[in-house]
Amino acid sequence: MNAPKTHGAPNSPGVLATRNVRALVVRTAGTNCDRETCLALERGGASPELKHVLELCEKPALLDPFSIFVIPGGFSYGDDLGAGRVLGFQLRTHLADALARFVAKGGVVLGVCNGFQVLADTGLLEGVRTARAERGVGLDVNASGRFECRWVTLKAEASACAWLEPGELLPVPVAHGEGRFTVRDAGVLQRLKQNRQIALRYVRPDGSRAEYPDCPNGSVEEIAGICDPTGRVLGLMPHPERNLTPWNHPRWTRLGPRAEGEGLRFYRRMVETASALAK
Amino acid sequence: MSTVTAELDSKPRERLPKAWRVEVFRRPDLDDPDGARVLREFAELGVRAVTSARLGRGFLLSPTLARASVERVVHELCADPVLDTVRITAPEAAPKIGHGVRHRVLVMRKPGVMDSVAQTIERTLSRSALAALPNGERVRALTYQAWEFVGEIDARALEHAAKRTLANDVIEDVWIDREDVHFTLPDDHAVRASVSVPLRDASDEELLRISRQGCLSLTLLEMHAVRDHFRALEREPTDCELETIAQTWSEHCKHKTFAGKIDFQGERIENLFKETIQRATRELARDWCVSVFKDNAGIVAFDGDWDVCFKVETHNHPSAIDPYGGAGTGIGGVIRDVLGVGLGAKPIANTDCFFVGPLDLDEARVPKGCMHPKRILRGVVAGVRDYGNRMGIPTVNGGVWVDPRYIGNPLVYAGTVGLMPRWAAEKSVQPGDVILCVGGRTGRDGIHGATFSSIELDESSSVVSSSAVQIGDPITEKRVQDGLLRARDRRLYRALTDCGAGGLSSAIGEMGAECGARVQLERVPLKYPGLSPAEIWISEAQERMVLAVPPEHLDEIRAVFAAEDVDATAIGEFTDTKKLELFYGERCVGTLDLHFLHEGTPRPLRSARFTPRVVADPGAPPCPNPGAMLLALLRSPNIASKEWIVRQYDHEVQGTSAIKPLVGEREDGPGDAAVLQPLAHSRAAIAIGCGANPRYGSLDPWAMASAAIDEALRNVVAVGGDPERTAILDNFSWGNCANPEQLGALVLAARACYATSVAFGTPFVSGKDSLNNEFRVGDEVIAIPPTLLVSALAHVPDVAHTTTMDAKAAGNRIYLVGLTHGELGGSHYLGELGLEGGRVPRPDLALAPKQLAALHSAIRAGLVRSVHDLSEGGLAVAAAEMAFAGRLGLDLSLSAVPTAELSADHDPNATRLFSESCTRFLVEVEDRHAEAFERALAGRDFARVGVVDASGRLKIRGVKGQTIVDLPIEELAAAHQGGFAG
Repeated sequence: MNAPKTHGAPNSPGVLATRNVRALVVRTAGTNCDRETCLALERGGASPELKHVLELCEKPALLDPFSIFVIPGGFSYGDDLGAGRVLGFQLRTHLADALARFVAKGGVVLGVCNGFQVLADTGLLEGVRTARAERGVGLDVNASGRFECRWVTLKAEASACAWLEPGELLPVPVAHGEGRFTVRDAGVLQRLKQNRQIALRYVRPDGSRAEYPDCPNGSVEEIAGICDPTGRVLGLMPHPERNLTPWNHPRWTRLGPRAEGEGLRFYRRMVETASALAK
Repeated sequence: MSTVTAELDSKPRERLPKAWRVEVFRRPDLDDPDGARVLREFAELGVRAVTSARLGRGFLLSPTLARASVERVVHELCADPVLDTVRITAPEAAPKIGHGVRHRVLVMRKPGVMDSVAQTIERTLSRSALAALPNGERVRALTYQAWEFVGEIDARALEHAAKRTLANDVIEDVWIDREDVHFTLPDDHAVRASVSVPLRDASDEELLRISRQGCLSLTLLEMHAVRDHFRALEREPTDCELETIAQTWSEHCKHKTFAGKIDFQGERIENLFKETIQRATRELARDWCVSVFKDNAGIVAFDGDWDVCFKVETHNHPSAIDPYGGAGTGIGGVIRDVLGVGLGAKPIANTDCFFVGPLDLDEARVPKGCMHPKRILRGVVAGVRDYGNRMGIPTVNGGVWVDPRYIGNPLVYAGTVGLMPRWAAEKSVQPGDVILCVGGRTGRDGIHGATFSSIELDESSSVVSSSAVQIGDPITEKRVQDGLLRARDRRLYRALTDCGAGGLSSAIGEMGAECGARVQLERVPLKYPGLSPAEIWISEAQERMVLAVPPEHLDEIRAVFAAEDVDATAIGEFTDTKKLELFYGERCVGTLDLHFLHEGTPRPLRSARFTPRVVADPGAPPCPNPGAMLLALLRSPNIASKEWIVRQYDHEVQGTSAIKPLVGEREDGPGDAAVLQPLAHSRAAIAIGCGANPRYGSLDPWAMASAAIDEALRNVVAVGGDPERTAILDNFSWGNCANPEQLGALVLAARACYATSVAFGTPFVSGKDSLNNEFRVGDEVIAIPPTLLVSALAHVPDVAHTTTMDAKAAGNRIYLVGLTHGELGGSHYLGELGLEGGRVPRPDLALAPKQLAALHSAIRAGLVRSVHDLSEGGLAVAAAEMAFAGRLGLDLSLSAVPTAELSADHDPNATRLFSESCTRFLVEVEDRHAEAFERALAGRDFARVGVVDASGRLKIRGVKGQTIVDLPIEELAAAHQGGFAG
């Protein structure tokens, strides 16, 4: 019932070492990136399992045996009350303890796109059990006022996040209407920098500082993703799981032969990190 | 219309809503993109006095909640602690208003119109302890928009602007500077009983009145058939029965014109559809056609044990009245078609094509009762965006066409491709199977949609037909999809279909056609009480599917849907009575013989003829400044970039995208077709493309249809699709076919479809027609141009062997494949010159298929670097797009262009640059592959016409060698981006 629907991708060589890394992908009404997320985890070397949030809320201990927890992209509950709000509310209400336990024991948490919005809503990115009123970061409606689907380039910053290599460039698509990373005040940004929480920025394809549309949403300091102070919880707006094959890249017909998409490396390293932490 | 207006200072006593009122605004120091958009749209209407506009999200909540509960709900659910500020107002108290605000405009959906945000609040609170009410009472919620304006503007001007930008009268109420919004459900005084309609002794006049007043859209001949049927039964029909017949016999459901008897200029046609479209498919007998014409969508074999299916639908009339809701439910409906094909397919791609009036139309020339084409286009784009993106289906292909004849009757086409295991292709219903209704609840939404879609629009359509408009809720549909595909894989049901036009009446009438069905209408879950049995039966409330479930699986399938939070209710069973039996409680409210229902439609003989318009052939006048003409063409609405639309659609979700809608060095080149790789374990792929040429239609419907097929095929072949494995779909939108000339044009177009489909070996697998697309302004009836949209779904053997249209590298050769004729009729070149007439392009059916096969073999062998088809604007536009998309130069010589013999009135340069002749491509080939490429194309019309260079300019030399175009590619790219941008 909960097996991922990836239409039977066979294991690629070299993944058996981490195959025991179990990844829980939570889904709910409006989740829509479950296919590519499960595929990325599988090809990255993990064993993904999909679970509905209602099941998880009923039995939070279901999370315990997993090493990776992923909140994939989509429009959870239609984003009717704000991007990621209702799913965030469910996690805050029912899974706060289980998630705190999960991060404390070395589990890896990833939120992509809507998952990033959910993570921001829960406060988990700002440290375990951040009170709602204390929250300092948010994901605002794009400065263009429009949903934007386009490929961008990400640069990994020197951050606490264990599976990003500082300086590496990662071409990935974004597809969101509310991805403008926003902070309550300058102090919050300062704190994020001090804690090495700024993990990913939008840059131009050559790595230089981006403006619209290379930075698609008007994020403060072009921030595309942040991690929590432990470096084990990462949220980002773009979709590395949509750049797995040699043919996902928008300009692959202009590039030379490619073995795989750059997004796969992101997932492979995340799985390796989770595997190492679990040992 | 219920706009309520009052000057702030002379406000009469208001009845403030008996509900907690919450308004969530963005923090004052943050910008407001929604407000900025509204200011722009106000300015377009000449309203410049407003200096600031801000949007508040308004909520009304049950008055019985304690203040502390309301505060918890607001802070936990409604507002973001970083981005928002909140105002809470107690029931019946006057709301707080923003600082410096001069006017407030409140917009709220009419009672009973879908409010999915309110549903989400109610659903979330019912599962949480956040705001419990005593006695288990459910918290009720409604939502509205609160706009706050700064600036001196009189109320009348504000009302004028507000009604054009902030709200839609059809589904929303507007309050200007008043606060007495409602907190009510729809009026609860409908008659619950079913009534009988006296018909047996009615005169012809009375029969027509019954049809008209009941919005049944039945003709006198059909009313006679109904009357005679009930005379024989010696009783009067009930309203449920009459409605069922009207829905089932509607043009929308029955396609009685296309499948009807026609006298075409003395020639008898028994069934146009069977003799043309269906005949082509039958004769071609392709073994990869798995299921055609009999189900919700056509199914073709894909790869291994997997099939793909494709369906395209129109949603024209609802979109004319409510572009956002109409387009949203259009895409929602076609997605359900795919969910309901066979035993269900997973939607993997959407397409959308829009045909609208001129986007720069003078506001004063917008006919009464119509919206400005700009507003319609923005609305339909937003509708497709919000539905498709939320469903998580990539929207990968489409188009926009502009013509003044679409002003009053825009066309909105939405398509969905699905992926399914081979075993799920067939369905069957067994007597004894439970009728399970799954998904959304039923309300008064969309009553008479099927019959409404079959009538001509007029000025009052937006008033009388408001109930025909539905609002979609994509997340409910996503829930249904999640449950359905899980139930499918556990094989818990035997058959299913979607509730589309005609609602339950059509869905169950169709599923039970071979056996019979008995339905208990009182069991259907309702959004609110008070619906009559007939309303329940024909409501077109969205996001519902009907399943035939063997009784032994009932508990298990209910559990599957419950896990997804989806209502699944048994509302009856399929029987072996060959009758449709409707009950409300104990009372029988209708019994219809299924044979009469499905076969009893009278088949009148319709008269058709075609009188070609006599317009002098302007040939191809010489072009004094081809560069300027090229820039004008690039900016023209059919050719200009649609990037503002494409970027709003998520075309990457599911991670299968290989060739995207926009390609090239800066991803601004208009790709010919999209390519997806749907299965993770296989390199097989699909290409999706389309073709349409409404400008050709009124000159030559035969050529128009044939050229549309050619265009769809060359688009998919250009990216690597296999022409031998391409399926096509026909979607006709036509004027009123009671007019013999309109019907005559349809006959010609359908015959062209037959001939062209057979010649190319590409079968039709599905299609739909939408007739009666006319608009009445005063005494004048404006019919749309005959419009055939052809959609193509091609098999791509290997995703690695696909091509894009952008030039790749300096030094490569450019070939032109295909023969250029003096075919400027309906061309964009003549359009720019304001000239009519001329010979319309049509493919050479003997040569074109060989051309496609040869090019495909070259692409498959990896011999080409880029391919771009020649269509709107001809060679000049294709070359410009190829150059700027690759950010490279192109140097072409027209003297090399393979050309048919041209008459003296065809200027040799203008014809070569701008003719829109079919089956032509520009192809880029590396020197090292040139010989092999030429071998692959041997015997076909093709020639080397130039070279790719690093100059960054497009240079074209005329037939005498002189340079006639020399433009920097950035100027070409800017012109292409210079059209309407939302």
